[in-house]
Amino acid sequence: MAASHRAGWRLRQPSVIPGFGLTLGFTIVYLTLIILIPLSGIAWRSAELGWSDFWAIATDERVVKSLEISFGASLAAAAVNTVFGIIVAWVLVRYRFPGRRILDAIVDLPFALPTAVAGISLAAIYAPNGWIGQLLAPLGIKVAFTPLGIVVALIFIGLPFVVRTVQPVMEEIDTEVEEAAATLGASRFQTVFRVLLPGLAPAMLTGFALAFARAVGEYGSVIFIAGNIPYVSEIAPLLIVIRLEEFHYAGATAIAAVMLVLSFVMLFLINLIQAWSRRRYGHGA
Amino acid sequence: MTISRRSVILSSILGATVHFGGLGFAFADTTLLNVSYDPTREFYKEFNAAFAAKWKADTGETVTIQNSHGGSGKQARAVIDGLEADVVTLALESDINAIVENSGKIAKDWRTRFEHNSAPYTSTIVFLVRKGNPKGIKDWGDLVKEGVEVITPNPKTSGGARWNYLAAWAWAHGQYGGDEAKIKTYVGELFQHVPVLDTGARGSTTTFAQRQLGDVLLAWENEAFLVGKEFGADQFETVIPPQSILAEPPVAVVDANVDAKGTRKAAEAYLGYLYSQEGQTIAARNFYRPSKPELVPPAELERFAKVNLVTIDDPIFGGWVKAQPYHFADGGVFDQIYKPASSN
Repeated sequence: MAASHRAGWRLRQPSVIPGFGLTLGFTIVYLTLIILIPLSGIAWRSAELGWSDFWAIATDERVVKSLEISFGASLAAAAVNTVFGIIVAWVLVRYRFPGRRILDAIVDLPFALPTAVAGISLAAIYAPNGWIGQLLAPLGIKVAFTPLGIVVALIFIGLPFVVRTVQPVMEEIDTEVEEAAATLGASRFQTVFRVLLPGLAPAMLTGFALAFARAVGEYGSVIFIAGNIPYVSEIAPLLIVIRLEEFHYAGATAIAAVMLVLSFVMLFLINLIQAWSRRRYGHGA
Repeated sequence: MTISRRSVILSSILGATVHFGGLGFAFADTTLLNVSYDPTREFYKEFNAAFAAKWKADTGETVTIQNSHGGSGKQARAVIDGLEADVVTLALESDINAIVENSGKIAKDWRTRFEHNSAPYTSTIVFLVRKGNPKGIKDWGDLVKEGVEVITPNPKTSGGARWNYLAAWAWAHGQYGGDEAKIKTYVGELFQHVPVLDTGARGSTTTFAQRQLGDVLLAWENEAFLVGKEFGADQFETVIPPQSILAEPPVAVVDANVDAKGTRKAAEAYLGYLYSQEGQTIAARNFYRPSKPELVPPAELERFAKVNLVTIDDPIFGGWVKAQPYHFADGGVFDQIYKPASSN
């Protein structure tokens, strides 16, 4: 145990492929240029404010409400995507049917589509006079221009993340595992929840985390369907844009900094759970 | 593979030079970049062609004009951050003031450089209602009647929406004899009747015209004309309120950029030409009210209804320099009157 722990800290892992120093150097430079410097710009700019101003912005009622809406809707959308993404992946992995490849390709469309286009199409369909909206309107369900609309947009842009992370892991699970469970007397319900899903847990969490992270930062598709009413359906990224329109750069970066910290904390927690579930159910470990 | 990669690199370097390096130097002929806001697209397309022909005839030089369109505030920020605009033609004076203050690329006295406060064309805010005007909307007071839904973009993100807000404010100012508490109540109530706050004027137009949401759209006059053209006059009616606001979209030469590029002469001539007979007529044809109507054939002016227009320089606003921070800054009047929505 002690030895393996020490091995974990060793800088140079023996490898048949040379170039550790070079690739690590490249990695650090690359991450610094592309991620760390731009992000530290956020901290830098918001530091102009001083702590008390920063705190005033971060705890402003409207900012807090918009953060609640952004993170709440993102969690809801990521949860929905995790459930339905697994079903989609299951169908694609386990069954052979005409049109499967087309369906498989469709899953990636939200990656390729400009998000504004997605937002406009979703708003058109879910508006009270749209194809789906007019069916829901008599039931008293309003989707477009309500917080529900935000969730719909975030589900749309997040779906591929879950499907694409779960799919390869699912492909590796042999049908024999299910057959063995069946021969040992497990019900179908037990097979799914006690045999299949635990093995998928780490991938599910990764998919969830990716879909969630993507949703938190989403702007383009949401503003067209949200209605953007302050305190009701105004997302934090929109509030950042509003601060920029006021030429209030420090205010904008302050909200950005809060989002950054919240996102990092949530992703870190998800990673911890993931590491735990990998140890617990360890796929291929 | 190697060849194609090399050509990709070459062409991107070339592209970068054309874009960022020497718009003025790469070619012998002049290129001007006009950074404008959204609804001027159709107008400048026509005007640019007219100016290029005129410049060629006068100087023998070929001038190419590139136009960039987007939200007015966004465009101002792009210029502050280094977009090499030769001229800016924005929706609000305060957006040009922001360039002056945040980058110093435009001299402080820009507003006096051209006639009519550097606003070669004007517009106003009107109501677009559904055919037959089922809710009977005639004036600003009707907008807060029970059951009326109003569509307007967010004043925090849209220049046009700021004009909407100020026009409503000006009406209430007259209505309530300047009692600020009552004016705020009215404008606050007005925004309680807004079910969707789009980020820009075009977004609101779509919400109203295509999604069929709301009873009345507060719109630029030119935008209302365009909707009529686009969707057919059988669906909508334009209601001109007895009083509205004189919206003056201003223009300015970006001094630091034209001096660096050596394009000052062409840039000044370009904006100056907006005031010529041809420029004014093209503006009128594209539904902007010309600043010098005397230059325009009367037939082109018939489409503009008579309205009593309040200007931003009226004492109730005190000009953009005062009105912008007072109403629209973080924590300004708009933020204050929107607060009650949270307690609903």
